[in-house]
Amino acid sequence: MLDAEIIQSRRGGFTRRKFIKGVIAAGATASAAGYLFRSSGVLAPMLSAQGAVERLVTLNVNGQQRRVDVPKHETLAMTLRYQLGLTGTKLGCDRAECGACTVLLDGVTHYGCSILTHTVRGREVTTIEGLEEDGVLHPVQQAVIDEGGFQCAFCAPGFVMSMVGMLDKNPAPTREEAAVLLSGNLCRCADYDKILNTAMRAAELSRSRA
Amino acid sequence: MAVIRDMIAPFELYQPAGVDDAVRLMDQYGDEGWVLAGGLDTFDWFKDRIKRPAAVIDLAAVDEIRGIAEGGDGGLDIGAMTSLTAVAEHADVQSRYPLLAEAAGLVATPQIRNQGTLGGNIVQDTRCWYYRSGWPCYRAGGNICYASTRRAMNREHCIMGADRCVAVNPSDTAPALVALDAEMVVASSSGERTYAAADFFVGPDIDIERMTVLEPGDLLTRIVLPAPREGARWYFEKIRDRKSWDFSLVTVASMLQVQGGVIQDARVVVNSIAPYPVRMGAVEAAIRGREPSEETGQMAGEIAVEGARALRHNDYKIALTRNLVKRSIRDAA
Repeated sequence: MLDAEIIQSRRGGFTRRKFIKGVIAAGATASAAGYLFRSSGVLAPMLSAQGAVERLVTLNVNGQQRRVDVPKHETLAMTLRYQLGLTGTKLGCDRAECGACTVLLDGVTHYGCSILTHTVRGREVTTIEGLEEDGVLHPVQQAVIDEGGFQCAFCAPGFVMSMVGMLDKNPAPTREEAAVLLSGNLCRCADYDKILNTAMRAAELSRSRA
Repeated sequence: MAVIRDMIAPFELYQPAGVDDAVRLMDQYGDEGWVLAGGLDTFDWFKDRIKRPAAVIDLAAVDEIRGIAEGGDGGLDIGAMTSLTAVAEHADVQSRYPLLAEAAGLVATPQIRNQGTLGGNIVQDTRCWYYRSGWPCYRAGGNICYASTRRAMNREHCIMGADRCVAVNPSDTAPALVALDAEMVVASSSGERTYAAADFFVGPDIDIERMTVLEPGDLLTRIVLPAPREGARWYFEKIRDRKSWDFSLVTVASMLQVQGGVIQDARVVVNSIAPYPVRMGAVEAAIRGREPSEETGQMAGEIAVEGARALRHNDYKIALTRNLVKRSIRDAA
């Protein structure tokens, strides 16, 4: 999304052309244009009073406001991958049993496969794409490179997000504490030893940067 | 059985901002409504398309039942939407109710505890895989229990309290709350009701299609903990196949009130051996007036499993229950 569009959507208003562009980008059909009028601000207070939810939502993803048309039954991992193109978030089991879809909501780790996208409105979503800042890798990402932490690495984005959440909670974990804090992620290559090396290196790097 | 996996059927979604609105919506939809808290129990049902509610009432915005506050009489008042992480890491819960902090901290994984709620953990449905796979068993409104047939796989099922259905209550926090004499506050359009934790869970003999007293239109809103007893000692142990993620095979939660080296009063509660957390009344009566010793524990363990009846693959639960109850009395601290 271009900066100008982001600024505009932050203000809450957008042109018809940009709206249609956004809808096309989101892979939705033109019939969704009806939601434009439902979100016109006149009806919005009435709708929210009843607690009913409208499909067109603004999500805060990696610091950007993203307008997206979300079916009410869609999970966050699906929206991130297939509507917003953020395919760094993986879907492994889709059952809150593998951790590949781990993302941060307000800095706290959650399984993206097992939460409705509509539930996270108004919360800060951080995916692996949002870790790097101005071309500088996050300490956890740097640690993965330093330690060669993963084998096939399908689980890596989930593990990396869990490590980011872990360091926020415990900046200097012991290896055992790290294992417990990362126990919500699975690696089918069973590369846990190197993953824990990565976690320890990440803690070291983030302390030295701080 | 053709089951379409991982495609949630569409539903109407509501995000009420308060308990009143939520209860109104629940009344409006009745059996067709589904209350969504953390969602960790919910999404399996939805993705398997076994449960297909017309409307989902998401409680994410109901802030009035999230958080931990001082209750009356030196207790604590915990909102049902409080995350398990928040419960496990709360300083007062840790210092005054270590039993609950430990139970909440052992649920599933960090991510699930961050999202899962205390209320959801308490009212979660059973894990019996015949039932959860959509087989038309007693609990699902049918007239057979697939888990107790001759060739059934029933390693995780119950050793007591069965009545047609042999599924167990899987909650980690439920036995802790029973041992703490917690109270469950339930809201509905007809007002607020309060249940003792021990009366909140129901077995199949009372209602085979429910795990708790909650009926459509009822919402568990708060969990009220009384002030901890003086001289209370605690014990909590959850046995599971692996150290993360797993549901318990047997869990014990005990509270011993010890004065002058003698047990004055006790709560001994075991979960995942019956369709509800079992408060071991006979054990509690037998250990009163005795020292919390190896011998007392041994006796308690034997009493705990009296009348237990194993299915084909779960006799290990009898030995496990006996030993856990023994430990919970000998090692309570």
